[in-house]
This record gives sequence, structure tokens and C-alpha cells, in this order.
Amino acid sequence: MSPEPVWLRHGKARLALHRLREGHGRPLLLLHGLGERTPGAVPAYVAGWPGPIHGLDLTGHGDSTVPVGGGYTAEILMGDVDAAIAHLGSATVLGRGLGAYLALLIGGARPEAVRGVVLTDGPGLVGGGIRPSSPNIVTVTDATGRSPDPYALAELSRDVRPPDYAVEYVRQTMHGSALEHPIAVCALVRPEWLAAVVAEPGVVVCPLDEALARFATVT
Amino acid sequence: MQPRVSPVPVPDRPEPVVERPAAPPIGPTGVAYPGARRPDRSRWLDVGGLDLAVYEWGDPDAPVIVLAHGGFDFAGTFDVFAPLLADGGWRCVSFDARGHGSSDHAVLYSWAADLRDIVRVLDEVSPQRPVVLLGHSKGGGVSLDLAHAQPHRLSHLVNLDGLPSRNNWPDLADHDRTKMLHGEITGWLDHRRAVADKQRRPGTRRELAERRRLMNPRMDLAWLEYLVGVGAVEHADGWRWRIDPSLRLGGFGPWRPEWSMQRLPGIGVPFLGVLGLELEVMGWGTLPEDVEPNLPPVAEFHALEGVGHFVHIEQPASIAELVLSFLDRHPVPS
Repeated sequence: MSPEPVWLRHGKARLALHRLREGHGRPLLLLHGLGERTPGAVPAYVAGWPGPIHGLDLTGHGDSTVPVGGGYTAEILMGDVDAAIAHLGSATVLGRGLGAYLALLIGGARPEAVRGVVLTDGPGLVGGGIRPSSPNIVTVTDATGRSPDPYALAELSRDVRPPDYAVEYVRQTMHGSALEHPIAVCALVRPEWLAAVVAEPGVVVCPLDEALARFATVT
Repeated sequence: MQPRVSPVPVPDRPEPVVERPAAPPIGPTGVAYPGARRPDRSRWLDVGGLDLAVYEWGDPDAPVIVLAHGGFDFAGTFDVFAPLLADGGWRCVSFDARGHGSSDHAVLYSWAADLRDIVRVLDEVSPQRPVVLLGHSKGGGVSLDLAHAQPHRLSHLVNLDGLPSRNNWPDLADHDRTKMLHGEITGWLDHRRAVADKQRRPGTRRELAERRRLMNPRMDLAWLEYLVGVGAVEHADGWRWRIDPSLRLGGFGPWRPEWSMQRLPGIGVPFLGVLGLELEVMGWGTLPEDVEPNLPPVAEFHALEGVGHFVHIEQPASIAELVLSFLDRHPVPS
């Protein structure tokens, strides 16, 4: 990993975009799982990607800003990913866990710039279910700027993910993407939101190496 | 724990250096408005690293009503209503939500964070005894969650046009819904891309009042100009609303209005609900028939014709009377 990340701004947050590998062609953007950070080197499972590889530390994770007072939502983290897409121009996005959910969202929101999303297992894949549970108050008394932010861990493991909401992003992806099969699901675990995604026409279920090979060849 | 990289300067626009007053401002606004009275006391309250501006009207030893304002409002929007409650024998406590009014701007905003902030206000204001909680609009919606999360904190719940129930786009074909949602999301992301450099647009008092009237079309300009003196700050190039420029009207997400309504039947304290039936951009469009089947066991409910979303601003005296008489009929247990 290049020692100094590219620093991006998203609102008041400063985000670290790590360059894991230089190269030519369309970049692969890695999104870590909940509580993780961008790995220090190119993970073996994406080593076959032919182009450059970047990894984004989401707000409250890795080297990115740890905000005061929490308030995390998947949608605001989609804004983090959008800042990286704006910087890279175009990318294939591979997400682990929470990052897989974010990959789905950004794929639907920016279907022209995102050239394929790959959804894989990882921390934060399940989220908080399809409807709110009994409300509770999540308080953290020792969140003194440490990373990962305890508020992120607490709030993003409870965020509600209704299947029809996830499906909206699939439909936006299908509507706006030039690719015939822009979503590849490699995760083995299938929370309800992901089961609904897999059931949509055009979504491909395949091993990770096959998904990467598929998106590496599209222009 | 991973070591954090030492801070590296980014080309951020430096935050303007503004010396924070010892307490949130409660001085004269420069424009009088009939019945409006600035709070008697104010203070900063640290809620986990963010400072919220807290205000009080009335006898500090009186029983407590906590007032939670709605989105894009601030505690000063209670400047006519709260004094009426205070004069009725109550200690009225309100606060500017994070990012609103004089409170700190946050990096992140969410419903859960607002809920947590209210609890921290209650922790400070009345750590032992339950209080009357009154919420308008979003403040009312969040209060419904609070009544389930920490029911022991409340003696009564008053909800002023804060009962979300309308379903989104009920009659749209799927492909139209997808296109609409896409427009909302890209509009929001485009806003997020630009927001780091955003400031509220400066203007004269009148210009800010007229801008706010787009959100408050039933409010008279004299009131809105009064609010400028509370919720805006004067710079060399004009007045600017204090609210965080990163906040934006509208939005999208997985939240469904009916999830809030599902909190209503389980409320275990006396409940007073008020709807304003005139449709407005900031309101939910909730109908009485959406509410009535969901009322909890001890409830009073009023659906008011000819009144908009800001029921307590349009009709402060009659709404204050509704609240005070409700509290009289359901006295706080001694």
C-alpha cells in the first residue's frame, strides 16, 4: 500500500482512499466491512484484477475521520463511496459485509460511473433486519476518537434494510447501467435484503473470481 | 486498535473563527413580535462531545415540560408558545437539535442520534422524575420512539402534528417510483459532493424571512423576520441562518412513516395528539382516520380544520390552552 492515502472530503469528514496497487485501466474500489479498514496490501482474492486497486476507509473507520456523537446511516456512507467514485471517475466496486450493502446502493445511485458491483460476505452484511426492532438508546461513553468508532459498530449493525428498498437499487442499477449483468452476488450468507436482490432479474450469483473476470473484461 | 495516521492537512475551507458566548444568546432579536418572549435562561449542554443550546422559560422549580422542535426549526420557534405554558405554571425546557439553531454542527445526523440527544437533555434536566414531553413534527416522531425506549422518563406525551403515516407515492407505477427515487438520490449525492464548501446564502432580514416562507407559507412575514433575529446570525455580508448548510430538505432511505405510527398504540402515559389539517410542505399529510384507530388507552386527540403544520405557531393561545387543560385533567402523580 502506498504510505500516504489520497485524502477526500465528504462534508465535514476527511476520508482516506488508499492506493493498494497502481496500474492502468478501470480501478477496482474495495469497501471494507463494518469495523474493518482497508487492508494493508492487495488481498489475494482480488490479486487477479488487471487494473489499479484502491480501498476506501469509511467514516469512523481506519484513517478516516471519527466523528463526534455518532449518527451513522448506510446512506451517508454511500456518500463516502460517492466521493471516491467522483475522484476515480469510474470503478468496479467490491464490498465486504457492510461494504457489500453500500456497493449495492452506490451501484444504483451512480449506475453509469459504477461498472459492476461485487457483493461478498463480511462484517455488517446482515444489518438490523427488515423493520425496526424495539427502539433503544445507543450511547457510548468512551468514544474518544478511536477507530473504528464504537458508534459506527453499534448503529450500523442495527440499520434497517427492507428487501423492497434494496430492490429499488437493483432496479436503478438495471435501468441506468450499460452492463447486462451489473450486479454479482458472491456472498454465501443471504439476509433478507440480499435474498431479495438475488431474486431480481439480471443479478448474477457466481464465485468471486468469476465476478472479477466478468467485470474486468467490460469496457 | 490500529494507530491513527497523524493529521495531514487537507485543503479544507477553514471554519470561521467565532467566539462562542458563555451561554446561547437569548437577548433581544432586534424585531418585536406580539406575544414573543425570549427564554429566561440558557446554557450549553455537552451531549457526548457536541454542545447543544438549551433554553428555559418559567419558574425553575416548577414541573418540567420538555419541548422538541421539528426539522429545520429551532427552540426559538417556541418563543410565543412556550411562555404561555410557562405562565401556566410550568418550567419549559427546549433545545436546538444538533446542527440547528445555535447548537454545534455535527459530521453526522440521524434519527437515532436525535433520539440519543433528547435523552441526554432529559438526563440533565430531570434525571430522577419523569417529565412532560412535547414534540412538534419530527420532534414528535422521535418522541414516540423515546416513549418506547425509555417510558420511565415520561409522565405525559404531547404530539403536535408529528404523527407520520402517509405512505410514499401510493399510486405510482414501479418504473415511475424508481425514476423518482433515482432523482432524489442523485440530487442528494450531488449536494453531498458540494457541501464541504457550502455556506448559507446571506441576505437581509426580509430576504431570509421570505426564503423561510417557502417552508412556512402560512406564517406572516413579521414572525419570520422575528425568527431571523433568533435563528440567524449577522455577518459583514448579511444575515445567514445558523442551521448547518449540509442539512437538506427531503430525503430518502429505508424509513417508513407507518413505523412511527406503530409506536402510538403502545404509549403508556396520557397522550395528547393534535393534527393541523391544512396540507403544507413540511407536514406529513396525516389524516384523522390514520390516527384514531391507533390511539393509546389514555388519549385525547384533536384534528384542527383551518390550521397547518405549525399548529402552535398559528394558534399559540388555543394550543397552549389545549395542553394546559390536558395536563390539568391528567395530573402528574405526586
